[in-house]
Amino acid sequence: MIDLRFDRVSKRYLIPHEEEDGGSLHSWMRKLRSLWSTPKEFWAVREVSFEVKRGEALGIIGHNGAGKSTILKLLASITTPSAGEIRINGRVAALIEVGSGFHPELTGRENVYLSGSILGMARSEIGQKLESIIDFSEIRDFIDIPVKRYSSGMYVRLGFAIAAHLEPEILLLDEVLAVGDMAFQRKCLDRVRALRREGRTIIFISHDLSAVEALCDRVLLMQRGELIADGPPGEVIGQYKALATEVATLFSGMGPVREWRDVDAPGDRIVRMRRVRVCGEDGTTISAIDIRHPVGIEITYDVLVGGHVLVPNVHFFNEARFRLFVVLDLEEKWQGRPKSAGRYVSTAWIPGNFLAEGSLIVDTAISTLAPLEVHAHEEDVVTFRVFDPMSADSARGNYTGPFPGVVRPLVRWNTYVSCDGSSK
Amino acid sequence: MPRSEGSQSIRVIRPPSLSLTDLAGHVKSLTRYAGLIYTLSEHRIRVRYKQSMLGVTWAIVQPLALMVIYTVIFSFVAHIQTNGIPYPIFVFAGLVPWTYFSTALTTGTSALVSHSNLITKVYFPREILPLTYVIAGLFDFLIASSLLAALMVISRVPVNANILYALPVIAVMTMFVIAMVLILSATQVRFRDVGLGMSLLLQIWMFATPIVYPLSAVARLPRPLGWLYRVNPMVGVIENFRRTVLEGMAPDFAILSVSIVVTTLLLPVAYLYFKRVESTAADVI
Repeated sequence: MIDLRFDRVSKRYLIPHEEEDGGSLHSWMRKLRSLWSTPKEFWAVREVSFEVKRGEALGIIGHNGAGKSTILKLLASITTPSAGEIRINGRVAALIEVGSGFHPELTGRENVYLSGSILGMARSEIGQKLESIIDFSEIRDFIDIPVKRYSSGMYVRLGFAIAAHLEPEILLLDEVLAVGDMAFQRKCLDRVRALRREGRTIIFISHDLSAVEALCDRVLLMQRGELIADGPPGEVIGQYKALATEVATLFSGMGPVREWRDVDAPGDRIVRMRRVRVCGEDGTTISAIDIRHPVGIEITYDVLVGGHVLVPNVHFFNEARFRLFVVLDLEEKWQGRPKSAGRYVSTAWIPGNFLAEGSLIVDTAISTLAPLEVHAHEEDVVTFRVFDPMSADSARGNYTGPFPGVVRPLVRWNTYVSCDGSSK
Repeated sequence: MPRSEGSQSIRVIRPPSLSLTDLAGHVKSLTRYAGLIYTLSEHRIRVRYKQSMLGVTWAIVQPLALMVIYTVIFSFVAHIQTNGIPYPIFVFAGLVPWTYFSTALTTGTSALVSHSNLITKVYFPREILPLTYVIAGLFDFLIASSLLAALMVISRVPVNANILYALPVIAVMTMFVIAMVLILSATQVRFRDVGLGMSLLLQIWMFATPIVYPLSAVARLPRPLGWLYRVNPMVGVIENFRRTVLEGMAPDFAILSVSIVVTTLLLPVAYLYFKRVESTAADVI
């Protein structure tokens, strides 16, 4: 059974011409003119077709401005397509913002009725579920005071509690799970999983790739308004990551080496970074490293004013811009020892069999730690790729399938046959 | 269970179009949202009076204050003939429906703009927003009407069965104000000037309607002006409300039919225009 069908759907936004010149004298004339001048066109979604079956959990991913949110707004009927046709079979509930329709002057209880009916619940339905909603929100003690006195956490809890009781056939979610504390987030995710088990259709839009992977059984990838991939989560997310790195390198021109001229070298009056590069054990600059081999991040910097304890540090990010870890220069001979003026070269060595496959992005900084003072800090400095030659001696062993995790250490295992555990 | 109804209906969303046949569908889908209309209207009334000391009495303070002002001006300064009815009651009977009209029009017109956060986040038929302001205005009108009734009892104004004509008269006015708020609230999405010009419009409109004076006072208006005056649907509504309630006479059907014809023509056009704007309101609001 098909719950949802997009048939060559396009959405065009018209952006009126804003003329820059500042003379406000005849601004009304210009406004008048803009009424019949042709506005600029922007296609947020272009010729997108897909189908969603009953009970499927579909994720939609893509960069900002790729058209994800427009698809959600089209599905939720918040806006209408410029071309094409959307067929929806079933009751839709869209959760684009938590606490939609809350009124600050009304109490929590009154807002349950208000927000609930705006989201499509019948009054009798809200009455039946009221107690359960209050329980879910965990803010029973505050339910009869105006929500304007709520903390943002309480607001979000109540908002999600209402949404969790919607029971639609098709549930649209837009980043809303990224709210509240960890425990509440887990509760929300569990609730969504329960809805899934009940056979409801879920459309989930998020930047959180691990949440998409955990929740969805099919993923669409959008780029500049077009649907460029449709398939199982692992595959499409991999494609997105490749795209992400491609875009990142494309835009900032990042590579394995970064050098600065005197005038734009990042830093302050005490120290300036002059060069950063990625190198292998033999000291040559490399853009890709065998997963089994150590990789060095070398920072060349000029100390302009001597007498400060300077600690270089390196921050590692993966393709999803998740900060994997930070390393500080703890070399013994420089511990607590001020550096005199001059040029220095420090290299951080990341051991082999530690990083996961994929592309890494590196930030570099030079700081004084006590008290903390950041002298130089530069983001997106260099990038390199980690690959596994599949020679069976990395953390993969001879397994060649998808391997999750943000790092991939090779650890020692120990197994023995236990005598007391054996069945007699 | 309400949710099982939804599962049988397949909804098709297409690019917006203007057609009269869609109209019935819009009205039908509106009936499914009766609960929301009720909740939101109740909410309007509740919020309006929640943080005010006088509470619901505000519904009568405005027409009452205007009654005092106009009584001072028009019965002491300028003398106006009112068929033997005491001027304060005469003007109050005009002000009560007029206040309903002007409150509903002002609040309903900004209904979409003031709910832009909802419009970009949740879907429901948008006409519900201006509609609930009209309903809240109707609630105020009922409260003010009971004061009018009390004043009539105190002043021993005789009442007969013709007072029942007030109900269809108010129904016509409600339909007319709905048509107006549909047009104005939709227009305000793109042109905020509508809200800014509202108080001026209402001031002119009020004096172009027989509220502080009887309709008979403008019988000798020169030809084009008199014609224009009578096209105003509020003339037939206010005059007939007062005529049936205060004077116990049958309605002036000639002038009332103008209101009915204008409203009947305007309402479907207004609704289609509103739906047309609604389809892209979230993009431009």
